[in-house]
Amino acid sequence: MSEKTKQDIGNIIGDYKYGFKTDSKSILDTGKGLTEEVVRYISKVKNEPQWMLDFRLKSYEIFKSKPNPTWGPDLSEIDFDQITYFIRSSEKSESDWDEVPEEIKDTFDKLGIPEAEQKFLAGVSTQFESEVVYHSTIKELEDQGVIFTDTDTALREYPELFKEYFSKVVPPRDNKYAALNSAVWSGGSFIYVPKGVKVEKPLQSYFRINSEQMGQFERTLIIVDEGASVNYVEGCTAPIYTKHSLHAAIVEIFVKKGGHCRYSTVQNWANNIINLVTKRTLVEEDGHMEWIDGNIGSKINMKYPACILKGDRAKGTTISIAFAGEGMNQDTGAKMIHIGKDTTSKIISKSISARGGRVNYRGMIRHDKKAIGAKSNVECDTIILDDISVSDTLPYNIVKNNSAQVQHEATVSKVSEEQLFYLMSRGLTEEQATEMIIMGFIEPFAKELPMEYAVELNQLIKLEMEGSIG
Amino acid sequence: MAILEIKNLHAEVDNKEILKGVNLTIKGGETHAIMGPNGTGKSTLASVVMGHPKFTVTKGEILLDGQDVLEMTVDERSRAGLFLGMQHPAEVPGVTNSDFIKTAMNARMEKGKNVSLFKFIRELDKAVEGLKMNEDLPHRYLNEGFSGGEKKRNEILQMKLLKPSIAILDEIDSGLDVDALKIVGENVTAMKSDSLGLLLITHYQRLLDYIKADVVHVMMKGKIVKSGDISLIERIDQEGYDWIKEELGIDDERVVIPEEEKRAVLGTCATKEALKL
Repeated sequence: MSEKTKQDIGNIIGDYKYGFKTDSKSILDTGKGLTEEVVRYISKVKNEPQWMLDFRLKSYEIFKSKPNPTWGPDLSEIDFDQITYFIRSSEKSESDWDEVPEEIKDTFDKLGIPEAEQKFLAGVSTQFESEVVYHSTIKELEDQGVIFTDTDTALREYPELFKEYFSKVVPPRDNKYAALNSAVWSGGSFIYVPKGVKVEKPLQSYFRINSEQMGQFERTLIIVDEGASVNYVEGCTAPIYTKHSLHAAIVEIFVKKGGHCRYSTVQNWANNIINLVTKRTLVEEDGHMEWIDGNIGSKINMKYPACILKGDRAKGTTISIAFAGEGMNQDTGAKMIHIGKDTTSKIISKSISARGGRVNYRGMIRHDKKAIGAKSNVECDTIILDDISVSDTLPYNIVKNNSAQVQHEATVSKVSEEQLFYLMSRGLTEEQATEMIIMGFIEPFAKELPMEYAVELNQLIKLEMEGSIG
Repeated sequence: MAILEIKNLHAEVDNKEILKGVNLTIKGGETHAIMGPNGTGKSTLASVVMGHPKFTVTKGEILLDGQDVLEMTVDERSRAGLFLGMQHPAEVPGVTNSDFIKTAMNARMEKGKNVSLFKFIRELDKAVEGLKMNEDLPHRYLNEGFSGGEKKRNEILQMKLLKPSIAILDEIDSGLDVDALKIVGENVTAMKSDSLGLLLITHYQRLLDYIKADVVHVMMKGKIVKSGDISLIERIDQEGYDWIKEELGIDDERVVIPEEEKRAVLGTCATKEALKL
């Protein structure tokens, strides 16, 4: 493969088209650094009940007491004193797009959010810095009792439902960044789908970090009641700054008996974002959780969407891709915890590293004693595009009963000379051929995305390679 | 009318010389056949003409209509009119057959122009039907999970749509049953014209029952050692190659002892490979 091709592929990540920043004035922010006062302040400006303040304070103590995890990428460069933990950019969340402050609207217009909403979404929520600035749901869903709102509003308007599920599947003690999120969380999406309601069109949230050294700590809570189903799509971008920003989110999902939830992310953070996210679902009897997880940007990314398959015959699926270019470390994977009988899980992971990037698959499959008849299938494929890029596959399989079936298949390869030769022998240039092989490689992921996102993903890759053709 | 000239071609792989001075000229309207036992350099010749990166040309030249082919990249050779129907076409998961063929056809168009979708679908459907292939074939991933026969037919399908001026078909008959061989033979014969020069590489004369050759060459020790008309095939069919070896004083006709190639291709299991399972 030519140097140019390698570079072009590397540029998939290198040339970041959402890197613009908006000159948006915050209404209030907490300044740099984290103290107990900052935690109290966030809770106060949000008018939260006492129990939430207590929860935040307790979480803050846990955050302080826990060291950085050492089993993965080096996180020691995060300077907690240099981060701004809360920025309010708009007085309130608007449901009329025209009411959103001009600068913020301009940002989301550039990102194509309102357009997307008109086209194919049942509901949209957009978060700028710490809070949701715009929100809309089609009336039909509201009539069916579907709740789709931002998490702050949910705490105010649905206190009982909120309290019943909040932090129940990702407690603050889970890890240092779960504790941090629990202490300073703000924004995020809250979804409740009542029994038997099937939401056909996707619900979407869009998260944007605009400031340098900002911390975004949104918290998403999704409850899919018995026999209900929902398809949630999330996108993320940020401007490019020289100093890093931190994104430490928590996503908690509850899929009740016979329910179905699909959670699709195309995360396209700029290269200065450190992304540390805890995503976990509790799946009851006959429920099905699907994580469709695309990781294209960020400096360090640690994300391992998990399914706890508690109910009998519960099912978990994770399909993910990760790209790592120069200076990027994608440490991603999936976890499947089998507790119920005859539970099944499937993980398909596709990774690409280029220009010295590192991409790791880190996953865990656990079959508990009672998970009789459970089956897991893991498939990890990696393409390394040059000699300076790195990839490792780190699977942990823990099996505590002897009826378990666990399959793990891993491949690591370069773009095959035979494939390139074959495609080029039909007249495709090396760039076109390489692009076609890469697009084919990520096809199992791309085909699971909503059309608009798949097109976006393909464009993202194709655009970067186009310059080199002809 | 196209003309492919191969002059005193020497090529090596891993410092071992495989082609040791091949001379061959193919003109539009002609059909040549190269026969010969295994390991004599026939497939290497096909790969070298197309520009497979594994081989290094050390001497000689290849000209297409007077243009230096060795100076061209693989894709330039294709766009200049060369086509190689491969013995082992690569599998490309995730890329549909029709997407691939359409991209290949567009690569032949003027910059910025594309083949019309309607025209493409019509031509593709017609070609698929002509080759009696499964209708779902355009939507399947390129060669993935194709049977040996399907892969070979898919090569001919591409040839039909790409309309080369010089086509080399490398053991297009291997892995085909009699019915499939007949279909492939008929389709290739139907493509014959003054604007197509054909080179068939084969072990067996049975392919030549379906596609008539004008000139027959025998390759041994990395060279063409004998050329003749169709009567040469009949003699080989009846007597094998020993009489040629005897005539030329060749002891061992091979230049390569074929060995199992080992490579990690997408879709194979690296772990299994590492464990040599």
